[in-house]
Amino acid sequence: MKTVGVLALQGDFEAHRKAIERAGARAIEVRSAEDLARCDGLILPGGESTTMLKLLDVEGLTEAVRRFGLEKPIYGTCAGAILLAHEVSHPHQASLDLMDIAVERNGYGRQIDSRIAKVPVNDGGEFEAVFIRAPIIRKIGEGVRVLAEYGGDPVWVEQGRHMVTTFHPELTEDPRVHRRFVEKL
Amino acid sequence: MYLSDDFRLKVGLAEMLKGGVIMDVTNVEQATIAEKAGASAVMALERVPADIRKEGGVARMASIRIIRDIMSAVSIPVMAKARIGHFMEARVLEALGVDYIDESEVLTPADEEHHIDKRGFKVPFVCGARNLGEALRRIAEGAAMIRTKGEAGSGNIVEAVRHIRTIVKEMKQLTVLGKEELVHESKNLGAPLELVEWVAANGKLPVPNFSAGGIATPADAALVMQLGAEAVFVGSGIFKSEDPETRAKAVVKAATYYNDPAKLLEASEELGEAMRGLDVAKLPQEELLQTRGW
Repeated sequence: MKTVGVLALQGDFEAHRKAIERAGARAIEVRSAEDLARCDGLILPGGESTTMLKLLDVEGLTEAVRRFGLEKPIYGTCAGAILLAHEVSHPHQASLDLMDIAVERNGYGRQIDSRIAKVPVNDGGEFEAVFIRAPIIRKIGEGVRVLAEYGGDPVWVEQGRHMVTTFHPELTEDPRVHRRFVEKL
Repeated sequence: MYLSDDFRLKVGLAEMLKGGVIMDVTNVEQATIAEKAGASAVMALERVPADIRKEGGVARMASIRIIRDIMSAVSIPVMAKARIGHFMEARVLEALGVDYIDESEVLTPADEEHHIDKRGFKVPFVCGARNLGEALRRIAEGAAMIRTKGEAGSGNIVEAVRHIRTIVKEMKQLTVLGKEELVHESKNLGAPLELVEWVAANGKLPVPNFSAGGIATPADAALVMQLGAEAVFVGSGIFKSEDPETRAKAVVKAATYYNDPAKLLEASEELGEAMRGLDVAKLPQEELLQTRGW
């Protein structure tokens, strides 16, 4: 069985741990480089990207996660998508730069603009997308594949081994997004 | 109500705040220090609880200018406090667009019998609780996050410990009871049977359970998280200490590594003086903030 690490510095890592188990892989919480070394893939969960960046930096994990991403798959949701992006705006901040996407933080506005939407998937069907103070993907580079859109913006994309969603499938019972990530391992 | 999209979104934001530290701030400068130190949200207010306690008078919702300035200065969620029962302060804060409202015992209550009916709001609410009955009544009214009350502005962790231990113990007790016993417990707790049954089946609250009231050190934060809190609020503990920036970073680290004593040791070094703190047992009954709320 493959092992998926969930970065557990801050955020909804517990919900991701359960979602990974529903998708048929083993999940562990990652708080150190030693934890990371045991993983076949990594999830950067939802939460506050500024908090995660700070802790990654203080704990000397920024480089470890970046190096991990050069070899193994990473899936980022919401704050995790912000961390993986090439470019971050509103406001500008540092990132791991592992995917060729530009994201705008809090793209829909504040919490009162958070929403749950039915989103069609490109290969048929639809799913329930939970957006919470979500970012918007404003630009994608060549080689980035859009798997779902909402309101004309990509909300689920992948590039090579990496994947992001700006919404939170871990807050639903639907295992399809996590299953797709597990299949990448 | 608990399966509605609105309620799921409210709880969803609370989920995103787990493992983090929500810091009380009174101006843009403090909010910026908090964000840079890694706070997962800030609570905008006019005076921190320690000053409210010292200065007395009626403590109300913060001035709109302060909250608005803080909202434009930071990118993390901004919360603000409304008085218990003051649903029009809450409406004003909702119109302003704050991300969470704390219906808080730290402010002077506006209603001595009723809390706000939080179900009719789009903005989520957090409420304080000292025991399970209080927590479930607040959830029934629509709170999407519970925090222990502790004793705000005291710098003394003893009440937060008492409250988190009480809530966790009362939840454990429900899990071994039969259906007819739960009906009786619902009456004892003064809480709806539906919620009592949910807790009995799941052994936890249906919304995230955070801790507040008296957290002053990294070890305090780790202690309440060990006891079952999923994140912490730090009120006076940071900006009433000698070196707020260092202390803020240290508490953030402690909330992540609450299970790792070596990391807690790192977080606890070179902190400067903590806030002075009060012996809660020696406070006159009428000065306790935790007894506000019904």
